[in-house]
Amino acid sequence: MLRISAKDGRWDLLNEVEEISGQNLYACYQCGKCAAGCPLSFGMDLLPYQVIRLLQLGQGQAALEAKSIWLCVGCLTCATRCPKAVDPARVMEALRTILLRSGQVPAGMVLLPADVIAQVPQQASVAALRKLTL
Amino acid sequence: MRIPYFPGCTLYAKAKNFDQSARIAAAALDIQMDEMKDWQCCGALHSQVTDNLMGLVAPTRILSDARQESDKLVTLCSFCYNTLKRVNRVIQNDGEKRVKLNTFLEQEYDGRLKVVHLLEVLRDDLGFDQLARRVKKPLTGLRVAPYYGCLLLRPAKEIRLDDPEEPTILEGLLTSLGADVVDFPQKTECCGSYLIVSNPDLAEQASSAVLRGATRRGADVLVTTCPLCQYNLDQREAALEAGNGSYGAVPILYFTQLLGLALGIEPARLGLDMHAVDPFPLLERAFPPVGVRG
Repeated sequence: MLRISAKDGRWDLLNEVEEISGQNLYACYQCGKCAAGCPLSFGMDLLPYQVIRLLQLGQGQAALEAKSIWLCVGCLTCATRCPKAVDPARVMEALRTILLRSGQVPAGMVLLPADVIAQVPQQASVAALRKLTL
Repeated sequence: MRIPYFPGCTLYAKAKNFDQSARIAAAALDIQMDEMKDWQCCGALHSQVTDNLMGLVAPTRILSDARQESDKLVTLCSFCYNTLKRVNRVIQNDGEKRVKLNTFLEQEYDGRLKVVHLLEVLRDDLGFDQLARRVKKPLTGLRVAPYYGCLLLRPAKEIRLDDPEEPTILEGLLTSLGADVVDFPQKTECCGSYLIVSNPDLAEQASSAVLRGATRRGADVLVTTCPLCQYNLDQREAALEAGNGSYGAVPILYFTQLLGLALGIEPARLGLDMHAVDPFPLLERAFPPVGVRG
C-alpha cells in the first residue's frame, strides 16, 4: 500500500525533474499509452506513467529506485503517442541524471566486459557508457 | 552531386559494409560522398535533459567543421543522424546554448548546415522515379520488410524525415528497386538498442518481436539503416538458428546493399559476407543464373 502525506513528500524531486526534463508532469493523466507502446515495458518494475504518477504524488524516491529508469533507451514511442505531449524518456533521463549528479549512482566510465565490446557495434558501447556519465 | 559525409564510429569498424556499399551505390548514381575531414564520434546519443551542455559539445564541433566544407552533411547511421540533426536544431533555436557552445569551442557556428540522411538525398534530390530508371537488376519477387527502428524517425517534430508511425520512405525506395514490400506491425518498434550491452536478455526479446512480426508476414529479408538494429536482429537469428527458432532466419541487410545489387554492382563489393545470417543462398535464388558470390 502507498501512504501519501503532503508533509514528507519529495516535492523537491518533482520540481527538479520538471526543470531538467523540461516536462510538465501534471499534464499526465495516466492513460497508459506510453506503457502500451513501450517495447521494453515487459521488463519494467514501474511503467512509465507510474513513474510520473509517483512524482506527482511526492513519492519520487520510489521512482528513483525503480529499475525502469535504467531500461529506457529513448526510442520515443511513448513521446510520439502521448496525447498530453509529455515525453517519459526525458523524465527517465532526468531521474538518472539526479542519481548520477548526487553520487547515489557512481558516474563515470564503467568497465564493460571485453568480449562484449569486441562483439557489439561501437555505437552500442558508446551509448551504454553515455548513460552512466554526466 | 558532391556531399560531405559523416561516417561515424560504427561505419568505420563493425559496419564497414554499410559504409562501403553506400559509397559505391551512391557513386553509381553520380552522388559523390566525400568523407569530411578530421571527424570524431558524435557521442551516439542526444542528451535528453535540458541542462547537459557537455553532451552537445562533440556534435557541435562536427557540425561547425562540416559547415566549413559545405551547407549540407549526409549521414547513414541512425544514431549519428538523430544526434547531429537534433543538436543542430538546438543551435538554431536556443540562442543561449548557441553562445555558450561557441564560446567554449572558440568558434562561430550559426546552425546553417542541413543534416540529411542518404535516404533523403535519394528521395528528395535524385527522386525515386529517377532512381527506378537507373535500376539494372530489379529485385523482382524479393519480399523485403523495411525496418525503421526508432532513431531514424523520432522525435518526428525534430527529425521531420517521415511519419513516425506510418513511414513510407523505405517503401518508396524498395518499390523503385522493383522489390515486393512486406508491411509488418513492428516496423517502427525498437530492437532493444544498446541494452544488448547491459541487459542482453531484454534486448533479445525486443529483437525477437520484430523478427517474428516480419517473418510471419512472409519477408525474405529485412532492410535497416542502423548498424545496431542490424546487429541485434542478425545475432538473435543466428543464436536461434541452431535451436528452437519460432521463425526462420532471414538476412538482415542495409538498404544500401540492396540498392547496390539493384544498380548492378558486383555483390563482392557490397560486404555481403559480413552477416551472421548468410544472405547468399537467398540472393542466389533471387538473381539467377549469374550467382552473386562473383
